[in-house]
Amino acid sequence: MAGNLVQGAVFTLMVVRAGLLRDSAFARDLAEQIGRSPRFFLNAPVVLDLRDMTGFTAADEFVEARDILRQHTLTLVGVQNALPAQVEAAAAAGLASFAPNSTQPRRPPPSEPVPDVVPVARAAAGKTRLVTQPVRSGTQIYAQGGDLVVTAPVSAGAEIMADGNIHVYGVLRGRALAGARGDAEARIFCSRLDAELISIAGRYLVADQLPPEQRGGAVQIALIDDRLTITRN
Amino acid sequence: MMAPADSPGEGRVLLGAKVIVLTSGKGGVGKTTSAAAFAAGLALRGHRTVVVDFDVGLRNLDLIMGCERRVVFDFINVINGDAKLNQALIKDKRSDNLYIFPTSQTRDKDALKRDGVERVLDELKESFDYIVCDSPAGIEHGAITALYFADAAVIVTNPEVSSVRDSDRIIGILASKSRRAEHNLEPVAIHLLLTRYSPQRVTKGEMLTVEDVNEILSIPLLGVIPESESVLRASNTGTPIVFDAESPAGSAYLDAVARFLGEEREMRFLKPERRSFFRGLFNRA
Repeated sequence: MAGNLVQGAVFTLMVVRAGLLRDSAFARDLAEQIGRSPRFFLNAPVVLDLRDMTGFTAADEFVEARDILRQHTLTLVGVQNALPAQVEAAAAAGLASFAPNSTQPRRPPPSEPVPDVVPVARAAAGKTRLVTQPVRSGTQIYAQGGDLVVTAPVSAGAEIMADGNIHVYGVLRGRALAGARGDAEARIFCSRLDAELISIAGRYLVADQLPPEQRGGAVQIALIDDRLTITRN
Repeated sequence: MMAPADSPGEGRVLLGAKVIVLTSGKGGVGKTTSAAAFAAGLALRGHRTVVVDFDVGLRNLDLIMGCERRVVFDFINVINGDAKLNQALIKDKRSDNLYIFPTSQTRDKDALKRDGVERVLDELKESFDYIVCDSPAGIEHGAITALYFADAAVIVTNPEVSSVRDSDRIIGILASKSRRAEHNLEPVAIHLLLTRYSPQRVTKGEMLTVEDVNEILSIPLLGVIPESESVLRASNTGTPIVFDAESPAGSAYLDAVARFLGEEREMRFLKPERRSFFRGLFNRA
């Protein structure tokens, strides 16, 4: 398990294509998206994607990129898909070089530039969302970019989601979807399992598929070898 | 003290609560019967009470209250300014403290305009201690308007799974879409009223127990109303069941009203009635 190897943490980072930085339409779209959830984007770390970019061999260019992103409240922390010369220039500007993402999503057409939000690494490191009231039927709660902790029952017909882990200190009767943006390391913990559906990173089990012996128990659910595995706590 | 926005609206007596909504999500669980009984119970306790029918187009409260032949103007007429409030209010013949505010049978829920409803409720608050709102079923405009201005809510639930789930849904709506929730005021005080409870069927496992329902909804229990033929009879004769204080259902409603007013009362009618040997013989004959 990752925990045994090194003291480390894994983060969700936004990736912005370098070619779009000076595009005014992109700036407008980005500002609009940030305007919708300013707290989520405040000081959010960003990685600059240099794929197919020729320039960016001087540190000044990265300083300029950093300033542009700063105007959008974003913090440039590194680059990816960089050529050796670009890695060197980025390092001179104090930026890290990230390994290319293996699960590169299809690029959006240039006509509709939007910042890609790609989970570079797994378990989300955003703020944990705490819910202390019962989650009633028909209610949806989403902990974006982090874990969700519920200290009350989750009713049948309710849906709780998190980009990270989900903890329910109560009966889980509704649906619980952890790793909503694809984090396969996310887990679900609950003090009583009676769920309609559980899902981690898109893999799911409905109530009928839950092993009867795990029903009603305090369990944790993890994705092991691409299978949802339920173990008693 | 100002409560934080997400604090529970559950398990409190809200001081100065005037507007009480009886709601359920699901239809046919006994909202109108309970609204009539609850309002009549409050009136019997000496509180000036009006019961308001929000079920526009499916007007039934006047029937249950036995005043259907005296309806001239209605809620919608008053909202639209076509009639004055005192022209539409009908005084109950059995209690001086009780008034019925019927709704329109010919219109639909769209006629319930929020500002109009607010104006009418504000006017009612001037002359009544309690305004009991009989909500339509569902979670659409009519039901939302009925619960929007509530200070307290009585969730009418039957001991079966679909009713419990719908109640859960409506509790969530009260906590998020009511005026108190939208304006970050002290939350609506939410109570559970379990109706059509048959201890015999619970014993046989055909109905959920009080504990089952409590575990799922986790809101304070105001009362358990036993399933009884006397309720049906009361409805058909247009007499709220609390006027029949001899009947178990009538006294269960009166207990619930007393608890709502802050009194401690032991829960009754939770166990099957003990039948005497002779009565058993007679019933068989």
